Amino acid sequence: MKLFKALATGVSAAAMMASAATAEISDGVVKIGLMSDMASVYSDVAGQGTVVAAQMAIDEFGGKVAGAPIEMVTADHQNKADIAANKAREWGDTGQVDAFAELVTTSVALAVFEVAKQQNKIALVSGAASSPLTNDACIPTGLHWTYNTRALAVGTGSAIVKEGGDSWYFLTADYAFGEALQRDVSAVVEAEGGKVLGAAKHPFPSSDFSSFVLQAQASGAKIIGLANAGGDTVNAIKAAHEFGVVAAGQKIAGLLVFLPNVKSIGQEVAQGLQMTVSFYWDMDDETRAWSEKFYEKTGAQPTGIQAGTYSAVLHYLKAIEATGSDDTDVVLAKMREMPVNDMFAKNGKLRTDGRMVHDMYLAEVKAPADSKDEWDLLNIVRTIPGEEAFGPLSESTCPTK
Amino acid sequence: MNSKIGYLIAIALLLVAPLLIYPVFLMKLLCFALFASAFNLILGYGGLLSFGHAAFFGGAAYVTGHAIKVWGLPTELGILVGAGAACVLGFLIGLLAIRRQGIYFAMITLAMAQMVYFLFISADFTGGENGLQGVPRGTALGMIDLQNNLNMYYFVLAIFAIGYFIIARAVNSPFGQVLSAIRDNEARATSLGYDVDRYKLLAFVLSATLAGLAGATKTVVFQLASLTDAHWHMSGEVVLMTLLGGLGTIAGPAVGAGIIITLQNYLASGPLGAWVPVVLGVIFVICVLAFRRGVVGELRELMRKSF
Amino acid sequence: MLTDLLGFPPQVLFGQLLLGLINGAFYAVLSLGLAVIFGLLNIVNFAHGALYMLGAFATLAVTKYLGIGYWGALIVAPILVGAFGIILERTMLRRLAGVDHLYGLLLTFGLALVIEGVFVKLFGSSGLPYAAPKELQGGINLGFMFLPWYRGWVVVASIAVCLFTWYLFERTKIGAYLRAGTENPTLLQAFGVNVPLLTTLAYGYGVGLAAFAGVLAAPITQVNPLMGSNLIIVVFAVVVIGGMGSIMGAVVTGLAMGIIEGLTKVFWPEASSTVIFVVMAIVLVLRPAGLFGKTA
Repeated sequence: MKLFKALATGVSAAAMMASAATAEISDGVVKIGLMSDMASVYSDVAGQGTVVAAQMAIDEFGGKVAGAPIEMVTADHQNKADIAANKAREWGDTGQVDAFAELVTTSVALAVFEVAKQQNKIALVSGAASSPLTNDACIPTGLHWTYNTRALAVGTGSAIVKEGGDSWYFLTADYAFGEALQRDVSAVVEAEGGKVLGAAKHPFPSSDFSSFVLQAQASGAKIIGLANAGGDTVNAIKAAHEFGVVAAGQKIAGLLVFLPNVKSIGQEVAQGLQMTVSFYWDMDDETRAWSEKFYEKTGAQPTGIQAGTYSAVLHYLKAIEATGSDDTDVVLAKMREMPVNDMFAKNGKLRTDGRMVHDMYLAEVKAPADSKDEWDLLNIVRTIPGEEAFGPLSESTCPTK
Repeated sequence: MNSKIGYLIAIALLLVAPLLIYPVFLMKLLCFALFASAFNLILGYGGLLSFGHAAFFGGAAYVTGHAIKVWGLPTELGILVGAGAACVLGFLIGLLAIRRQGIYFAMITLAMAQMVYFLFISADFTGGENGLQGVPRGTALGMIDLQNNLNMYYFVLAIFAIGYFIIARAVNSPFGQVLSAIRDNEARATSLGYDVDRYKLLAFVLSATLAGLAGATKTVVFQLASLTDAHWHMSGEVVLMTLLGGLGTIAGPAVGAGIIITLQNYLASGPLGAWVPVVLGVIFVICVLAFRRGVVGELRELMRKSF
Repeated sequence: MLTDLLGFPPQVLFGQLLLGLINGAFYAVLSLGLAVIFGLLNIVNFAHGALYMLGAFATLAVTKYLGIGYWGALIVAPILVGAFGIILERTMLRRLAGVDHLYGLLLTFGLALVIEGVFVKLFGSSGLPYAAPKELQGGINLGFMFLPWYRGWVVVASIAVCLFTWYLFERTKIGAYLRAGTENPTLLQAFGVNVPLLTTLAYGYGVGLAAFAGVLAAPITQVNPLMGSNLIIVVFAVVVIGGMGSIMGAVVTGLAMGIIEGLTKVFWPEASSTVIFVVMAIVLVLRPAGLFGKTA
């Protein structure tokens, strides 16, 4: 036994020496290229807050990993795939960037995936939501961290069907993200025995939803599912209230809602709204402590996208620390091997299709009277186990899984 | 003579540039320089403000992307198909727009381009908001690998040179003379027996086609086509490039495109990233109020005065 | 009933017609403002959408800092934004007198980029909520449809302000001057009328109309820095359809386009964002000067 242990130690020491000899930090610096929407539709759910979050992860390492300094470069992709692709390519070609981070909106994530695939660099996706990112559109180095449309469907969709909301009509943003969300939710609704009566596609973005709400009303569905995000969701919910749709007995299901959106809708209107979140600042001591630091820097509580960015960058740095290398394949292998454990995720598991599987949460917006302050907005109703939220690996259609 | 030397210097610079500057950035610059030069044909020489050129740029970008990625056409043919699509679109929109003049022309082109934009959003082949991604660069002439940035650069440079040559030829031909005559005094051109509408339409279609050529080439460089290419902000940007460089000067739009693209690139990575639209707007205002000749126009004026 | 036969309950059809009328009311007020400005300055005011947005933000600011609420904002916000417009006219647009009208379009385009860009930077772009005034919250079930009070009010208020503008221009002395200024500014100046002042006031009034529409819109859409950015292009199409010749033309076309758009939303929702442009193309083929335009 003793011999065996000594042998094992010797072997692992030799392995470590070997890896120390072959693996090193390229260019003597670990560089993360973070791209987000800094000024447009998603700037307050992602944006500058993700830069702060990533910096917090870097600061936890004291700015150095495996003896090399950590640098971060940032850019505003303005939600434009071409700007993102251009910037990512430039960072990879000339800027010594080792990994791309954040990448809100599906179009941007897909564009950066193309570049990351060609350059064999890691992409840490937090903000983009479409489930195809780890299915048909997956790449070997693309990691989808925070959430996806399937998890939203499983969380909010099935909870609502179980409460008796078994007939649905969708208001769907007329582009791939909306369609992905509608598809994923429809699948869940039908699997649970519910019915989908129809859908109205609306232009993206739309400011006035009243006419789409009227169509939804005419459908007679119990649930009006909002397969959209950001301002579209906010506007649709307001219109539904104004036209007495809610008062007449139909319920609204917001399928992708963020904390700042709840503030936009106004708690009076939003109360009782169910939403699936990857993170809420007021979950436990750890999240509260981290969020407090975040709040000091930004003046707002973090969204799931922001917290997820922190977690992804932190895990990436941990893997570099553990391997002493910033080589993509080495780091990737280590990231998959180590469980993700931080204030965002508990025992998260990074799968070979790129999906980071972690628990999600079903939350409900509090009534104004129950809130202690302006950010005390949600009650966590249920924890959705990671496997249930994201499905088993066998379901993934990723060709390289 | 002078301009010949200028061209030789420019060609020499363009040939060595990718050794010093990041080639992908240079390719973007060339695409937009071609776009702005094509646009100048209709605004600078035709006197017609089109606020809808993004439709041609973006339309060609999508068609080329689809042709190469889905139909599997060779790269050159894909680009030609894209430019051809812009030509057809230019003909259709042009037919409507030339029915009105001046400000109405601008509003009609803007509105038609917005309609095209909405069609692109909902059409299947564009990929909507996600864009058309993963377009392979392929090979030039079936043997030169365009995945290599340097090869790609010289390929783009060749396309730019062809496009630029066509524009320069058109401007200096009798056709260009008639166009300028229409711009300066439409009634007189009509009374001289020219079919004004036909000239306008021809100029518009040519401008649209070359704008399409630029958009198609851009798709191959970046391997994607997106809604950005077709959005009205793009139409505004090309107006700005042309205005800043110098309306109705042959080199102006290329210079303007160079300045704007460099500026955007520079700002996007700095702390002023979020201010890009504001900065562009301010340049717009300054250009219109105090700088209507543009960079090249002002330089030319300076040379004229001092010699 | 016929509507039932088509598969659309009356509730939906009438509801959509009302909504169309409301959108039409916005188109009418905005294109009216454009027409007033175009009449005297010969400028197509691309900043109109941005100024409409400023109206909504002014509503928010006035409510928050002056505490005078929605009803006060209805008056104060257009005045504030109108004053801002007057500053723009005096400091910038004025300097374009004598150059090609296209430069006016370009200048105001640049201004729109600046104004919208600054507001996006300051307020983000998810939009800020603004509640309808208490008096107009809720609605009434008319049997064939549900009418939110606030929506009804928007139609009434817009039509009222359109009629007022019509009266101002067609029936008062100032209106006579304004119309004369459109026809022949030099001659009017020779009669001793202060034409530059008139021009400034016209711009201020046109901008005020945009801001008024912004106040009306604040509780319906969100107060969003980009709320006017796409709207303005639709309004341009409305203006091309109607022709910028007459006040009544702008109003009628605006309302009619809103209703057509509303009906499209019932029968073919995907086409609702393009239908006005299609109408524009048809009108251009059949009647290039626009429905109410003078054939040039």
